[in-house]
Parts: sequence; structure tokens; C-alpha cells
Amino acid sequence: MAKIKGAVTVNKERCKGCNLCVVACPTDTLSLQPLEVNDRGYHFAYMSNPDACIGCCSCALVCPDACIEVYRVKLD
Amino acid sequence: MKPEEIIDPANRVYARPRLLTEVNTHYCPGCSHGVVHRIIAELLDEMGLEDRAVGVAPVGCAVFAYNYIDVDWVEAAHGRAPAVATALSRLSPENLVFTYQGDGDLAAIGTAETIHAANRGENIAIIFINNAIYGMTGGQMAPTTLIGQRTATTPYGRRVDLNGHPLNITNLLAQLPGTCYVTRQSVHTAPAVRKAKNAIKKAFENAMAKKGTSVVEIVSTCNSGWKMTPAQANEWMATHMTEHYPLGDLKNE
Repeated sequence: MAKIKGAVTVNKERCKGCNLCVVACPTDTLSLQPLEVNDRGYHFAYMSNPDACIGCCSCALVCPDACIEVYRVKLD
Repeated sequence: MKPEEIIDPANRVYARPRLLTEVNTHYCPGCSHGVVHRIIAELLDEMGLEDRAVGVAPVGCAVFAYNYIDVDWVEAAHGRAPAVATALSRLSPENLVFTYQGDGDLAAIGTAETIHAANRGENIAIIFINNAIYGMTGGQMAPTTLIGQRTATTPYGRRVDLNGHPLNITNLLAQLPGTCYVTRQSVHTAPAVRKAKNAIKKAFENAMAKKGTSVVEIVSTCNSGWKMTPAQANEWMATHMTEHYPLGDLKNE
């Protein structure tokens, strides 16, 4: 079976730190920044466990601010 | 493989829809409005309706929808979006006319306009965001507020003897002969978002095919009005709101 690897980018200035992507992620890839905040004072989301990402788009689908882009590759 | 190697335009499977403007929305973090805006922007792009879509914005939190989705919009007076949409769709029948309304707009002040537009079978798509509260004005009780639900004006919970029953207007609209497609969806999980997208797509197709009025209710959350975190609000919505507003198609002709 081909292995799927994914990665996401979060537009950190647009992110409002609502945590919905973190809840929606089936592989616990995402977390909110524990200390750092963006210009508007929100703890933005980031890939805390990038190896786990499978590029399923769940985070991007539930993101109310459309700040997540998803990338996916198939490894043989 | 490192994330930096994967992040390449050739491998991109999901990007911000082209029709969403670069403006940051004024919605609270975790608001369902943002998700529905994104679905609409994606659909109008995919269906190639960018130049023919006319939205009618409501009064309520979504009043600035015209700033966020880059198509033509008309801002209607409070609750009068279906009446304005009637004129738009009759005067330019080649266009896709849709209204985007909250529960305070559609189910309270605009009840008459909504019911009569649906009863006349106007060729419009009505997108109805039901979060059971007046979000914009500070979380007061709406007609759709659930029994026992605490709001700013029902601090001990909504009482039937004092405030009446929650109004299930989507069920009401499904009874009318003018509606062709009436459905209730939610956007709290990724599968639900996919289903909601299909429902709105069908509503847009019906409006373009002149089949009658389509109503898509999105059972939503208002985490700041409900005084919860966005994740808690989604959970509360899934357990409590869907009891009174069960998800699924009510009419599909």
C-alpha cells in the first residue's frame, strides 16, 4: 500500500486560535502555540507533530477563517 | 520526508478559495459563518457562477458578507432578503440569486417575507444560519432558542409558558408547495462540511434550473453568545440542537 504523507501551512496572521482544527485532526498533528501569539493576540495553530500528518484536509474543512492550506504526496 | 519537501504548489490539495477576499472576517473565533462563507466561495468558483451570482446579505452578524465573498451583493433591510431576492431573480432570471440569513433575520422579523417568497416558489436559494440566538446584539433569545437554553434575556432558561416554543421554520417551509428542496445540515465536523457543501450545491443548481425555492438550514454555533469555547459549542450543538432540529433532507423534489 502506498504511503501518504501530508503537510499543512497555517496563515498565522489570519488564524484566530479557535482550536477547531486541533479537535478535527484525526492524527493529532496540530496544536495551538502555547506561548507565541500573532499580531492580533491569538495563539495560532501550527504542526506540532508534522510526521503524523496524512493530508486528509479535515483541519482545512472546519477552519472558519480559511487559513489552512493542505499538501499531500504519495510515497511508494 | 520533511514538511518543507511536501509543501510545494504541485502537491497542494486544499487552498483558500479564490473568491474569498483578503479581508479578515469580523466573526468571533470558531464561528460557523466563516465555514459557510468558505463553502459558498468554493462552490461559486467550482460552478463557474462568479459573474452570475447575486447574494442578498441580511442584517445580523453576516451583514458584512458582501465584504468577504467577491461576488455581487445587495444588502437588504432587516428580514427582507427574500423580498429583495424575488425582485432580483425576476428582473434578471439568468442570474443565480441566493440569500444568506440568520435566524433573527429569517425566522423573526422576516418570517412573512420568507414564507411568502417560498410559497410563491421564487427561484432563489435561501441559506439559513440557525444558531438559536441573536449573536450580533449580545446573545438575546431568538424564536429558535431551545427550551431551557440560557441567553441574555432568558438567564434562567427559555420557558414555554413565558416565551413560547422554539420555531422550527424549516419544517414549516417544507410544507409549502413552492419549495423544491428543503434540507437541514451542520458544519461542525469535516464530513458534515462536505454534506453541507453538497446541499448548497444542489440548492444553487435548483435556483439555476428554475425549479422553485431551495432552503438550506445550517444548524450553527454561536460560541460567544452561548458562553462556550468553539469546540464545546460544536459539541453542545451536536447533542442539543439536533434534538429539536434533526439533520437531513426534509423535501427533495
